[in-house]
Amino acid sequence: MSSVATLPLPAGAGARPRSAASLLPWVVLAVLAAFPLIAPAFGLEYYIGFVRRLLIVMIAATSLNFILGYGGMVALGHAGFVGVGAYTVVAMVEAGVGSAWAAWGMAIVISAVFAAAIGAVSLRARGVYFLMITLAFAQMLYYLAVSLRTYGGDDGYGIYTPLSLGGLDGLHADIFYWVVLALAALVFAFSSRVAVSRFGHALMGIRDNETRMAAMGYPVYRIKLVAFTGAGAVAGLAGALLASHNNFVSPSLMHWTESATLLVMVAIGGMGKRWGGPLGVAIWLTLAEVLKLYTEYWHWPIGLMLILVVFFAPKGVATLFERKEKTQ
Amino acid sequence: MDAIFIFEQLLNGLGYGLMLFLLAAGLTLVFGIMDTMNLAHGSLYMAGAYIAAKVHESSGSFLGAVLVAIVATILIAALIEWLVVRRLYSRDHLAQVLATFGVILIADDLVKAIWGPSPIMAPTPAALTGPVQLLAELPYPAYRLVLLGVGLAVALGLYLLVNHTRMGMLVRAGASNRSMAEFMGVRVGRVFSFVFALGAALAALAGALMGPIGAVQIGMGEAILIPALVVIVIGGIGSVRGAFVAALLVGLVDTAGRAFLPPMLRAVLPPSLAADLGPALAGIAMYVLMAAVLTLKPAGLFPARA
Amino acid sequence: MFKPKHAVLAAVLCSALVAQAADPVKVGIALDISGPFAAAGAEARDGFDLAIETLGGKLGGQPAEFLKTDFAGNPEQANQLVTRYLQRDKIDFFTGPIASNSALAVGPALFAAKVPFISSNPGPSQFAGKQCNPFFFGQYQNDTYDEAAGKFANEKGYKNMVIIAPNYPAGKDHLNGFKRIYSGALKDEIYTKVGQIDYAAEIAQIRAAKPDAVFFFLPGGMGINFIKQYIGGGLKEIPLVAPGFSADQDVIQAVGEPMLGLYNTAHWTHDLPLPANTAFVSAFRKKYDGRYPTVYAAMAYDAIMAMDAAVRDVGGKLDDRAAVAKALAKPSFKSVRGEFSYGANNYPVQNYYLRVVEKDAEGKLTNKLVGTVMEKHQDAYVGECAL
Repeated sequence: MSSVATLPLPAGAGARPRSAASLLPWVVLAVLAAFPLIAPAFGLEYYIGFVRRLLIVMIAATSLNFILGYGGMVALGHAGFVGVGAYTVVAMVEAGVGSAWAAWGMAIVISAVFAAAIGAVSLRARGVYFLMITLAFAQMLYYLAVSLRTYGGDDGYGIYTPLSLGGLDGLHADIFYWVVLALAALVFAFSSRVAVSRFGHALMGIRDNETRMAAMGYPVYRIKLVAFTGAGAVAGLAGALLASHNNFVSPSLMHWTESATLLVMVAIGGMGKRWGGPLGVAIWLTLAEVLKLYTEYWHWPIGLMLILVVFFAPKGVATLFERKEKTQ
Repeated sequence: MDAIFIFEQLLNGLGYGLMLFLLAAGLTLVFGIMDTMNLAHGSLYMAGAYIAAKVHESSGSFLGAVLVAIVATILIAALIEWLVVRRLYSRDHLAQVLATFGVILIADDLVKAIWGPSPIMAPTPAALTGPVQLLAELPYPAYRLVLLGVGLAVALGLYLLVNHTRMGMLVRAGASNRSMAEFMGVRVGRVFSFVFALGAALAALAGALMGPIGAVQIGMGEAILIPALVVIVIGGIGSVRGAFVAALLVGLVDTAGRAFLPPMLRAVLPPSLAADLGPALAGIAMYVLMAAVLTLKPAGLFPARA
Repeated sequence: MFKPKHAVLAAVLCSALVAQAADPVKVGIALDISGPFAAAGAEARDGFDLAIETLGGKLGGQPAEFLKTDFAGNPEQANQLVTRYLQRDKIDFFTGPIASNSALAVGPALFAAKVPFISSNPGPSQFAGKQCNPFFFGQYQNDTYDEAAGKFANEKGYKNMVIIAPNYPAGKDHLNGFKRIYSGALKDEIYTKVGQIDYAAEIAQIRAAKPDAVFFFLPGGMGINFIKQYIGGGLKEIPLVAPGFSADQDVIQAVGEPMLGLYNTAHWTHDLPLPANTAFVSAFRKKYDGRYPTVYAAMAYDAIMAMDAAVRDVGGKLDDRAAVAKALAKPSFKSVRGEFSYGANNYPVQNYYLRVVEKDAEGKLTNKLVGTVMEKHQDAYVGECAL
C-alpha cells in the first residue's frame, strides 16, 4: 500500500531542523576521525586499535539491532555470520588472494548466502523456537570450524601477510582505522535510512503485529528474509574486518557466548534505536576493559549492570537520553 | 559391533537422556507455567553439584549430601526469585534472558570466590564405585544404574504429580492457558512458587547426581543449559511429557552419533576425511535433530499451549 | 613569548626526564583466570606470584613491574591484550597463556616488536618448525609428552592400544606425537567432541575393543569426566596412560582415588631430587596451604626465573633486544627441571620422566617419580626450522 510512504511522520520526529539529534552523528564522526591524529599527543596510541575494534563490533551490533530492534527477530546465532565473514577471508588468503577489498567483498557475499539459507529455514519458526534454531545453526558452524584443519581449526589461522588496501596502502600508518571508520559510518547511515524507509516501517509493523501485516497483504516472510539476509551480510563484513584487524581468526568468534554478548550489547544500548548498537558496544567493551585492569572478578559487575539495565532502562541506555530530550 | 555393545550404548543414551530430563523438566515447567525463560536454572544445577560434593566430602553420606543440596538450592532459588525473577514475570522473553544471564555471571564469580577456580572433587559414593554384572559380558557402572533408576522414578513421580493430583491439574491449567486459569479462580501465585521450587529441586538433584561422574566446575551450568534448551524446544514448551520424550531422544541421538557415526563414516570415506567429519557430525547431531523436528512440528512434539 | 624562566623550567624538566631513564623492567603476563583453562591458569598465576615474591619484585636486581590481566582463554582477546601491552605499556618480556591457540595468535605481534615470549606452557609445533623465531622460548614441545608416553608404552609391552583425544588440532597433534614413537598396533583412534561431558559411548567402544592399554589426551574438565567415568565403568584392568597435563595435581584433586596407578609422562615432577626444585616445592607448599605444585606452576616459576637471569646477563640493558634473546637462549638460571639446553628453534633438549599417581607419606594423592623415560630428548620439528 503506497499510503505508507505518504503517511505524515509523527510530530516531533525531525520537526526541528538542525536539532542536536541530527547534528550528533556528524559530531561523533568528526571526533572519531580526528582521534588518530590527537591520540599520540596524549600517549594513547594503543587506543586507536581499541577504538578500531569498537567500530568493527559496532558494525556487527548495528546489523543485529536491525533485525532485533526493528524486526523483532531475536536471533542467538548472529556471531555465526561474523565467523562466516572472517573465515571467507581466511579461505581467500589460503587461495592466494592479496587484496583486502576482494576478500571483504567476498565475505559479504558468502555471508549473505549463508544468511539467506539459514534464514529461509529458521524464519518459519517464531519466538523462542526461532532463537533456538539460529543458535543451532551457529553451533553447527562453530563445530565445523573447530574441526577444519586446513583453516587452522581450534588453533586458529594466522594471516601473516596483511591484506593490501590497494592504492591506499602506504598513505598513513592509521589508514586502516579510517577505512573502518568510513565503513562503520556507511553502515550506520544506511541502517538509519532503511529504518525510516518504507521497508523499515513494514519491518517494524511486522515486529509489532505480524498477523495484521499479513492480513494487510504484506509479504511478511519475504520482508523478514530480506532483512535477515542483509543483516547477515553486514555481520559478515564485520567478521572480515575483524580478521584483518587481528590478522588472526579462530572459531571462538562463533561461540554461542559471542552471539549472546552481541545480543546483550544491543539490548543494553537500546533495541530499535539507531544509537543502540554503538552505545551498547561502547558501554560493554569499555567496561570490560576497565574492569579487567583492576580485578579478576569482573563478571559480576557486568552481570549486575545487565540486571539493572533490564529493571531500570528496559529499552536500553539510549532511551535514557531520549527521555531527557523530550522534557526539555 | 555386536548386540551387547548396542545394548550398552542404549543404556548410556537413556542415562544421559534422563539426566537431561531432570534439568529440562524444571526449565520447561517454569517456561510453560510462568512464561519465564530462566537461564539461572543452570546456576541452580551448579549450586546443587557444588553443595552436594562439599557436604558428601565432609559428612561421608551421599544421601544426606543430596538432600542438603536440594534444600539449600531451593532456598537459593527462592532468593533469586525474590530479588530478580519476580520482576520479570510481566516482561518479554528477551528481558528475562538478559536478566537471568546477569544472574549466571554473578553466580559464576560467587562460586569462584567461595570455592576457587579449579574443579572440585565429587567422589562417587563408596558402595557404588564398581560395576554390576548386568549380562555375562556386560559390566555396567553401578552408579549409572542408580542414575537410571532415579531418573525413571522422578519421571514417574512427575507424571503422577502432573496428571493425578490437584496441584498437577492446576499446573496443567496454568500451562495451557494462564489467564483462563486465573479467571477460574486458580491461586496463580501459589502455583508459581510451587513450580519454581520444584524446578530448583530437580536442577539440584541433577547437579548432585551428575557430580560423581562429571567435572564440578564453574560454567558447568552453561554447558548443560544448551542441551537442556534443545530438549525443551524439541519436546514442546511447558510439556513435561514432551521434555521426557525429547530428553530420551536427544540422549540416544547424541550417544548413537558418537558411538556409531565415526565407524560408519570410516567405512565409506577416506580416513582423514572421516576423522575430520565424524566427530564434527556427531557433535551437531542433536542440533540436526532439533532442526528436523521443528521443520515438521514447529511448536515441538507435544506443545502444552492450547 | 620566550622568557629566561621558561628556559630554566625546560632544563629542569629535561633533567628530571633524564633521571627517569632507569625505567622498571616491564613484564606482560596474560592470565587464564576465567575461560576454558581457568584451573591451569590459576596454577600458573600461583607460580608467577611465588617467583615474583622470591625475587622481591625485581628482575636481575632491577625493579620490575608485572602486568597481569585475564584474557579468558580467548585468542582474540589475547591479541587485544598483547597489543595493549606492546603499544601502551611497552613491555620488555611476555608470558602467561596456557593454550597453544592463544600463543599462535599473539606470537607474530610479539616477534615483530622483538619482545621475547617465554612460554609458560604452550609448545606448538608451528613455532618449533616452520615459524620458529629467535624471540620464542618453549619449555617443552607439545608432542614430547606424548612421545615419552609412547616410549613408555613400548617398554611396558603394550602390543595394542586405543588412543583418544578431542577433535581439534591440538588433540590430533598429541595423538600424532604418541603414534610417532609407539610401535604397537592401534585398535582404535577415537575423537570426541570438544567440551564433551559424557564419555559412556567411547568407554563402551574401548571395552569392546579390548586393548592392552588406553592412551588419552583430554585436558581439563574433559579428562576429569573421562577418568571418573572410565573407572566407574569397571575398566580398571585396562591401564590408562596419559601425558602429564591430564594427570597433574589439579586433576588429581578433582578426581581422587580413581586415579591411583595412572602412569603419566612429563618434563618435570615435584619430587625431582634437585636443590632448585626442592626449594621451589617447599616454598610453594608453604605459601599455598600444603598444596603440591602442578607442572603449570613450575613452568610459570621457571619463566620468571629465566627473565631474571637474562636481565642480569645483559646488565640491565634491555634496549638491545637481540642481546636479550641471546641471553635467554643460553639459560643461566637453575631451572626446577634440572639441566637443559635449547635447540636451534629455542625449544629445550631435556629429560622426560615417568610418573605414577600414588599416596605420599601423608596419605595425600599425588604423582611420584618412577624414572626417566627419555634423556636429552629433542622435539621432532627442529629440522623444519630455518634458524
